[in-house]
Amino acid sequence: MSILIHRDATFIVQGITGREAVNLTRECLDYGSKIVGGVTPGRAGRDVYGVPVHDCVRDITAKTHVDGSVVTVPPRFTRDAVFEAIEAGVKLLVIVTERIPRGEVAQMVELARLRGARIIGPNCLGILSPEEAKMGGLGGPAVNVRRAFRKGPIGVMSRSGGMTTEICNTLSAAGLGQSTAVSIGGDAIIGSSYAELMPLFEADPETKAIVIYSEPGGRMEAELADWVRENRSRLPIVAFMAGRFMDEMPGMRFGHAGTIVEGKADTTADKIERMKAAGISVAERIEDIPALVKERL
Amino acid sequence: MNIHEHQAKELLRRYQVAVPDGEACFTIDGAVAAATRMGFPCVVKAQIHAGGRGKAGGVKVVRDVGEAEATARALLGKPLVTHQTGPQGRVVRRLLVERACQIARELYLGMVVDRATNRATMMASTEGGIEIEEVAARTPEKIMRETIDPAIGLASYQARRLAFGLGLAKEQVPKAVGFMTALARCFVESDCSLAEINPLVVTGDGGLLALDAKIGFDDNGLFRHPDLRELRDPSEEDPREQEAAKHELSYIALDGNIGCMVNGAGLAMATMDIVKSAGGTPANFLDVGGGATAEKVAAAFRILLSDAAVRAIFINIFGGILRCDVLAEGVLQAAREVGLTIPLVVRMEGTNVDEGKTILASSGLDIITASDMLDGARKAVAAARRRP
Repeated sequence: MSILIHRDATFIVQGITGREAVNLTRECLDYGSKIVGGVTPGRAGRDVYGVPVHDCVRDITAKTHVDGSVVTVPPRFTRDAVFEAIEAGVKLLVIVTERIPRGEVAQMVELARLRGARIIGPNCLGILSPEEAKMGGLGGPAVNVRRAFRKGPIGVMSRSGGMTTEICNTLSAAGLGQSTAVSIGGDAIIGSSYAELMPLFEADPETKAIVIYSEPGGRMEAELADWVRENRSRLPIVAFMAGRFMDEMPGMRFGHAGTIVEGKADTTADKIERMKAAGISVAERIEDIPALVKERL
Repeated sequence: MNIHEHQAKELLRRYQVAVPDGEACFTIDGAVAAATRMGFPCVVKAQIHAGGRGKAGGVKVVRDVGEAEATARALLGKPLVTHQTGPQGRVVRRLLVERACQIARELYLGMVVDRATNRATMMASTEGGIEIEEVAARTPEKIMRETIDPAIGLASYQARRLAFGLGLAKEQVPKAVGFMTALARCFVESDCSLAEINPLVVTGDGGLLALDAKIGFDDNGLFRHPDLRELRDPSEEDPREQEAAKHELSYIALDGNIGCMVNGAGLAMATMDIVKSAGGTPANFLDVGGGATAEKVAAAFRILLSDAAVRAIFINIFGGILRCDVLAEGVLQAAREVGLTIPLVVRMEGTNVDEGKTILASSGLDIITASDMLDGARKAVAAARRRP
């Protein structure tokens, strides 16, 4: 089993004719994903690796069942693309685009909540259920994905797209496969946090443990710690905490806009303390993750 | 992006937020003329992108032309050291000359995007004029908050709640509601990341005035505001960070001696941790991003080499979207142009890694290869130590 996507999940790619989107489409198709259409306004009639391009999301949803959409349009058009997909009834949106104005992200998250849709991202690489499907650029070309990602019992969530692959690669090398890996996005406001995805992993009988990548800034680790405690989660969690050096330089921001140290609840030291108190193991180095997971399985 | 106090006040004035009359001045003569126009006493305020100016002597009340001239002369062109600037301070290149006012009370009003609710939040406190972090740490119950619904904006009842909570008299409450509503509109419409009025003063005659103003913008929103983009003051920014911004590289200068080039902010952060645990100090944070071209990598490499403090460079790449051969080409391009005179340690994994390694190996450059991150960090630290 897996969460969010499985081998029969159908999705579309919004902005499919863009350079990165074309690569992403090919990678996903190579991995066996079912892409049932693409959208670029004004480009209907073309195709991208055999995927037909349409002008509007509804042109696809009117004829085909669509589970999700990968949104990879420029920042100034992202909000509109997301609104279009949500209003067309799409329930899972993977927003790849980075540098979207924060106020507009807040609006997208708000509409998704009102319509019962789930957003992953923005500024993320997507979702990957090994040997099932890949939705987004996560892991790169299918040949690399097959090397780094293996099917297995570990659920992975990461604020960093690159680190999602790095962590899965480390797990796979140690014989620990993954049920689903989710790159949740590095921005200050994102659609789905660790705590919001936990119930899905909790309900997935094949997931036996969770690994997260965590960094300074925000309250997502504190929320996860609270969630684990309140719900008496059956899943052991290992967190890899990057950015410990930043505790010495408050107010700095590093690439992921999420990484703004906003006071004590945001420092790595504080996060580590909260997570440990909730029974979450904390890895200091990536290489230490597999041993900590095996200890807890 | 941050802006100066005088720019923040001009923006607020456009939204009908009450601010004191004032003029920005760039010369001593200009400051004297402005002070004369304002009338004495008036206030001369150094404009730099850092807080703590008052305590550092950057804000002075002047009583006549002579004092205005002396103050402008003492501030302009000289570094001002506050607790936020670091020991080297920031050079004052502009002044704000403002009409003085009678202060009856000092309050605090601020706006940020609250990450717990994903919404803009207005904060108000009776403890104005001191740093809000201090208030938050010592007496958090003295900070009131109102969360702003993106579809509604700040509602009047919310502003009223804050105004009554600040202990304002009932005839001042409508003024405060107008002030807060205007500030909230400015915050949302301008894509601000921070807006702080500290202090918000109640004047002798019962009016409300933004005595100081600090505004920062969400960089991602700036493309919607060409007028606000014009407010950028390059002299307040690190030249290398500016160069990096031009190439859409995420670069932050730090004070160590190991230049780091990494793809992905997460891996970059982990790399800096590992450099530290190997006993070194990173000279920078640099994320070249996923879809970097050879040109972008070359630009990044040039930026690293332009930092005179750098004694060794550590490249740590886990190629996913970024291909290792593209990275290698970029490094070579820059190394040939600028001439590489310091040790280069490379750890590479992922897409086209063999091609990337071949390109570097056959380049004739003196490259130290590393088997993994920790190995790379150790080798970079050792290489930096060997150099004076």
